[in-house]
Amino acid sequence: MIRVAGRVARKDLLIEWRSRVLLWQVVPFGAMALLLAGLALGPTRAGSSGAGPGLYYLVMVLVTLLAAQRSAQVERGAGTRASVATLGLDPAGVFLGKALALCVELWAIGLVLGAGTVLFLHTALRAALVASPSIAATLAALAAAGTLYGALTTGDGSAATLLPVLALPGFSPLLIAGERSFSAAAAGGATGSWWVITLVALVVYLAAGVVLYGVLEDA
Amino acid sequence: MTRLAQRLLGPVTLLSLAVTAWLGLWVTPPDRVQGDLARLVYVHPALAWVALYLSFGTATIASVLYLWPRTRSVTADRVAVSAMEVSLVFILLTLATGSIWGRPTWGVWWAWDARLTSTAILGVLALGYLALRRANDDPEARARRSAVFAILSAINVPIIHFSVVWWKTLHQGATVFTSTRSLKIHGIMAWTLLISFVAFTLAYGWLVRARYRLEVARAGREAALLAEAIARRAAEVVR
Amino acid sequence: MTPVVALRDAVVVAGGFPLLAGVTLEIAPGTGTLLVGANGAGKTSLLRLLGGLERLAAGEGSVLGLDLRRADRRDLRRRVGWLGHDGSFYDDLSARENLRFAADALGRPRELVDAALERVGLTPRAATPTRRLSAGQRRRLALAWLVVRRAELWLLDEPYAALDEDGRALLDELLVDVVASGGTVVASAHDPVRSPAITATVRLAGGRVVP
Repeated sequence: MIRVAGRVARKDLLIEWRSRVLLWQVVPFGAMALLLAGLALGPTRAGSSGAGPGLYYLVMVLVTLLAAQRSAQVERGAGTRASVATLGLDPAGVFLGKALALCVELWAIGLVLGAGTVLFLHTALRAALVASPSIAATLAALAAAGTLYGALTTGDGSAATLLPVLALPGFSPLLIAGERSFSAAAAGGATGSWWVITLVALVVYLAAGVVLYGVLEDA
Repeated sequence: MTRLAQRLLGPVTLLSLAVTAWLGLWVTPPDRVQGDLARLVYVHPALAWVALYLSFGTATIASVLYLWPRTRSVTADRVAVSAMEVSLVFILLTLATGSIWGRPTWGVWWAWDARLTSTAILGVLALGYLALRRANDDPEARARRSAVFAILSAINVPIIHFSVVWWKTLHQGATVFTSTRSLKIHGIMAWTLLISFVAFTLAYGWLVRARYRLEVARAGREAALLAEAIARRAAEVVR
Repeated sequence: MTPVVALRDAVVVAGGFPLLAGVTLEIAPGTGTLLVGANGAGKTSLLRLLGGLERLAAGEGSVLGLDLRRADRRDLRRRVGWLGHDGSFYDDLSARENLRFAADALGRPRELVDAALERVGLTPRAATPTRRLSAGQRRRLALAWLVVRRAELWLLDEPYAALDEDGRALLDELLVDVVASGGTVVASAHDPVRSPAITATVRLAGGRVVP
């Protein structure tokens, strides 16, 4: 399982390295969304609202949708599904590998957009640094969830536009937990209890993926 | 269920709903603080019980039974979709009645109350389940995918609930409605409340049964159409 | 000898449409069978059924000794060699990366990859993403997979399409190798093909085998 996960993760990252879809399409979208968030707050509040952490997570959730969609789309190519199905890869390993690759991608994008939040929305750099472990964990949970929801929408008839409806309710507790601990870091408070939500979600999605991914692949 | 019980389900449901309405609207006294508004207590909690626990729970258990190889059957899939559809209707009714109660109490149709928010998110989950079913043509793929989604949703319910409750409580002090929420209930009011639960539970059973039969009829029609299509296909001329 | 493929009245359905409307077919091991028929006759669906990629909706069937109604389709998929219409696994990966990923997955030695690319004449294009290869070159990449993979049953969807004369000769050569080593080949084509590896031709129309 671990070996398959490593190969699949490497393959997905290699595909991103070759196609640069996230770099050229998703990162600029995220940056633009942050700018729009500032514009929506209005000139007086854009730089001083304290809404930075929440807007950062809102944008990251949207970015996760795009990245998860891309990750699922890679497996949906014309000949890909049939050819890969006959390789007999362990589905649990495929899930873990795809989740790992998505996680690495989200970390990279999260770093760029975190810098954007500090720059545009004037969130304190120190707060961002203090919150970085919780951000990393939240993005990991989003990656695991996104991989699973992405696989739900790879069927022949299903439209990729279905992904947001399926995934966003599941993303909402992560958005809450991430935003609260980021805001707490900005205010110099404790983030303890929010770790429970994030870690429980991470473990639940990883376990569900390991058990259920094969069911989806087979469908 | 025996045939007689099945026949009686509809009339008994209607009767119990009528009794609930009569007791709730005419027999019980208005609340000292909230007046007639408190009569929603004979509707709203029972609706929420059906929406959040009974039907969502049925759909989840049916989905687990479908995915478990030893208990896999189309029946489980049909029960799951029937229960989930009814769940969505009851979730919307729960939100609507909650909102009607909230408007005079809180002054707004929507408050960022933890239960209200998590119920709304649950409604989107039920909607997503039904959208996912529409997006898959193959019956087996549809059943598997939607079963996985139902299970994921069920696991998500407590996570969503706790996160929203904490989001609310760890943020600011409790607002007005938490204290007025617990109504003092006794006598005829308690009986009416109990009967409302029975009535809406029966209504749930009646609706799910009707929806299930619709699903069976649809499957029968699809099988007939398929048989016809196979005959037509086999008769295609070699060009 | 037990047949590799045994189908009786096999039906495959997609979206309420019977792709296969009752196929009865037997294929012995160590043979090469060609499925011919017009567009939409059911050739690809039949290959997909044999590869565990489609579900048997009605009828009976066994492939490589696995009952199509009962066995886990995953077990079947693992044992067949598949050559789809598009010939590649991931479009954004190069020919070499694709073959290496697939070889690793099946535990085939990596050294085979470069030798296979050499044999099909793709060495100069080995590092190009497969989406930039021509239809014929993609076909050749598929042929390289035929060299790397070992399978009891090979399923090839339109293998002769888009291949030049050299390519066709190479394909025949490879298929003869497969059959000679005890493997079974089932391939599809629009029109009958003359090939030393093909020992039987089955005609499909309207999702059925026709005489």
